[in-house]
Amino acid sequence: MSELGEAFAAAWALIAGVEPGLTGIVLLSLQVSLSAVLIASAIALPLGAAIAVGRFPGRQALIVLLNALMGLPPVVVGLLVYLLLSRAGPMGSLGILFTPTAMVVAQTVLVIPIIAALSRQVIEDAWREYDEQLRSLGASRPSAALTLIWDTRFSLVTIVLAGFGRAAAEVGAVMIVGGNIDGVTRVMTTAIALETSKGDLPLALGLGIVLLTLVLLLNALAALIRELATRRYG
Amino acid sequence: MNRFRRVLLSLVFVLSVTGVQAQQTFITVASTTSTEQSGLFKHLLPVFEKKTGIQVRVVALGTGQALDMARRGDADVVFVHDPAAEEKFVAEGFGLRRQEVMYNDFVLVGPKSDPARILGSRDIVDAYKKIAAAGAPFASRGDKSGTHAAELRLWKTAGVDPQTGKGGWYRETGSGMGPTLNTASAMNAYAFTDRGTWLSFKNRGDLVIVVEGDQRLFNQYGVMLVNPSKHPHVKREQGQAFVDWLVSPEGQATIASYKIGPDQLFFPNTKR
Amino acid sequence: MLPLELRDLRFSAGGHPIIRGISARIEAGPRSIILGANGAGKSVLMRLCHGLLTPSGGEVIWHGAKGGDLRRRQAMVFQRPVMLRRSALANVIYGLKLAGHSSRECELRAQDVLEVVGLAQQASRPARVLSGGEQQRLALARAWALGPDVLFLDEPTANLDPAATHEIESLINMIHAAGTKIIMTTHNLGQARRLGDEVLFIDRGLLREQSPIERFFSQPASSEAETFIRGELP
Repeated sequence: MSELGEAFAAAWALIAGVEPGLTGIVLLSLQVSLSAVLIASAIALPLGAAIAVGRFPGRQALIVLLNALMGLPPVVVGLLVYLLLSRAGPMGSLGILFTPTAMVVAQTVLVIPIIAALSRQVIEDAWREYDEQLRSLGASRPSAALTLIWDTRFSLVTIVLAGFGRAAAEVGAVMIVGGNIDGVTRVMTTAIALETSKGDLPLALGLGIVLLTLVLLLNALAALIRELATRRYG
Repeated sequence: MNRFRRVLLSLVFVLSVTGVQAQQTFITVASTTSTEQSGLFKHLLPVFEKKTGIQVRVVALGTGQALDMARRGDADVVFVHDPAAEEKFVAEGFGLRRQEVMYNDFVLVGPKSDPARILGSRDIVDAYKKIAAAGAPFASRGDKSGTHAAELRLWKTAGVDPQTGKGGWYRETGSGMGPTLNTASAMNAYAFTDRGTWLSFKNRGDLVIVVEGDQRLFNQYGVMLVNPSKHPHVKREQGQAFVDWLVSPEGQATIASYKIGPDQLFFPNTKR
Repeated sequence: MLPLELRDLRFSAGGHPIIRGISARIEAGPRSIILGANGAGKSVLMRLCHGLLTPSGGEVIWHGAKGGDLRRRQAMVFQRPVMLRRSALANVIYGLKLAGHSSRECELRAQDVLEVVGLAQQASRPARVLSGGEQQRLALARAWALGPDVLFLDEPTANLDPAATHEIESLINMIHAAGTKIIMTTHNLGQARRLGDEVLFIDRGLLREQSPIERFFSQPASSEAETFIRGELP
């Protein structure tokens, strides 16, 4: 129990002290995970919508695949992206291994199946309701897909946040492709892993509490927006 | 549609910020968890960066992994502690001239209760034999790191095959030094560690140093530039500057000045 | 566009026949009421005519149609209005945009029709927070704004209270008076009498008779129709 107490004290000291090192780590975490989630959303939402309203051979198999990929272990993603971006790999000439960009790539890959699979479900449910009306108005399938994305936007925000949670919380992928370089690619989760390695459990847990607080704040904000919007738009 | 535009703009912004950081001159150094976690780099690098303006990005892994990473061309400099593996790395043509930088030593840590009755011994091989004979729990890195390689060499000298105790008293954690020490601390096991990591390790529980001071616990660190003829993108000039600085009188003095409390962690010993 | 001819139209779902061979000719002009008990196949017949369902057999032929703008010249109002999560005005504009009108034209026309259906005050309110009656009026406005030759209405008042029903019926008459062909399903005899000029009586997937409204009620041609009128559902 005393360790938990120390952890909270450490968390408080971290937040209250506003160490420049910590601020950098927190900002980088946010920057990397937000970038990843934005890019992933730009790809996965249209993808989810396309699968939801599309009728093509192999659709069911694709849905099963996407659902399965939601459980993709971050370490595996990290390893794949590492091999891809490594100098000896096919995209090595980009020279972006061990940079925040590489971390964004890894987290994007990790998050795309989550956003695509969950948004596919939500949009397909909405499609059942809208199908005849939209077709009656003469909407093509691509145009119906865009309409559905916009009309399910409040549910999609929750899905995107789930993606963000996954990105911000994972350590396996960013550790491998980022390298946990101090001041360059060290983010909250890799810092936690490092402090754990050094046996400084209270500090590690303290960092964890800071991370949790951030994610919590972001979710609370989104919930608030959603609540207000739902009340307004029905 | 305005909202879409705003999202796009913020996307571009976030990405551009991400891109900016890659501008500065930097080199990537593949090194070991022992140097990173002991805090040595935090002490060394600001001095070097201030002098040369070259940022040093350290990726800390086990020695085996660090060398593999350099083999793939993902590092400019390797700074590790497994002389045999380093010589092989150079012989394969992946590294240029290997230079010795510093040493520290390994220590055997274990619970105060000392089930193998080896506390205070200066004979590491004898201690290993007793641990095996007593079947006392022993936490091994099991990750092909420099420390793991050193540990395995000692088992061989002791004439014990630790694999026979696998699943019983011999427990491979398959992770870095820190996690392995955490494991040892949690189950009161013996563990073989470099002194630097041990000194900076906080979650000791009942663990204390049980064996130290044996000649065979000597732990030599070496540094080398990754061969630019194998990997043309290696930053030869800047990487060499870092290697040269480490073995220069200034670099050596900076290494010697790193202490945790009264203890000096690394002892410069380059042969110039 | 009209007349509309159905030739031995058939539709089955999951091997179960729902429309079992209907041939009919629906002329321009009169308000046509498709009448029948629940489950008789009225809604399916209407969806086949509108093109939302593909017939299993037979043909739907629009004799007056030129070129490929069949869909643009007809519109449909459903039993449950499907409102997009946007303002009432934007719902009308949505349909107009799909029909290829310019932004400015959409705006003006949408405002006009909202005025006509009595929703001008609600134009900027989210469609989903309107009452059931208002939503159905909005659905009517959205369909009518397209300026269709034919307006299909599938039980448009089944979920409404008498006052709202009355409003909808007046609007239907007004739309008809303005020159749009009305084809409407209902199981409500009173509504058929109030709105209909001719009746197509459907029973278990078959067209039992097509006759002017007066004759249908005074001299039903089939015993099924007689039973239905007497209120004794078979």
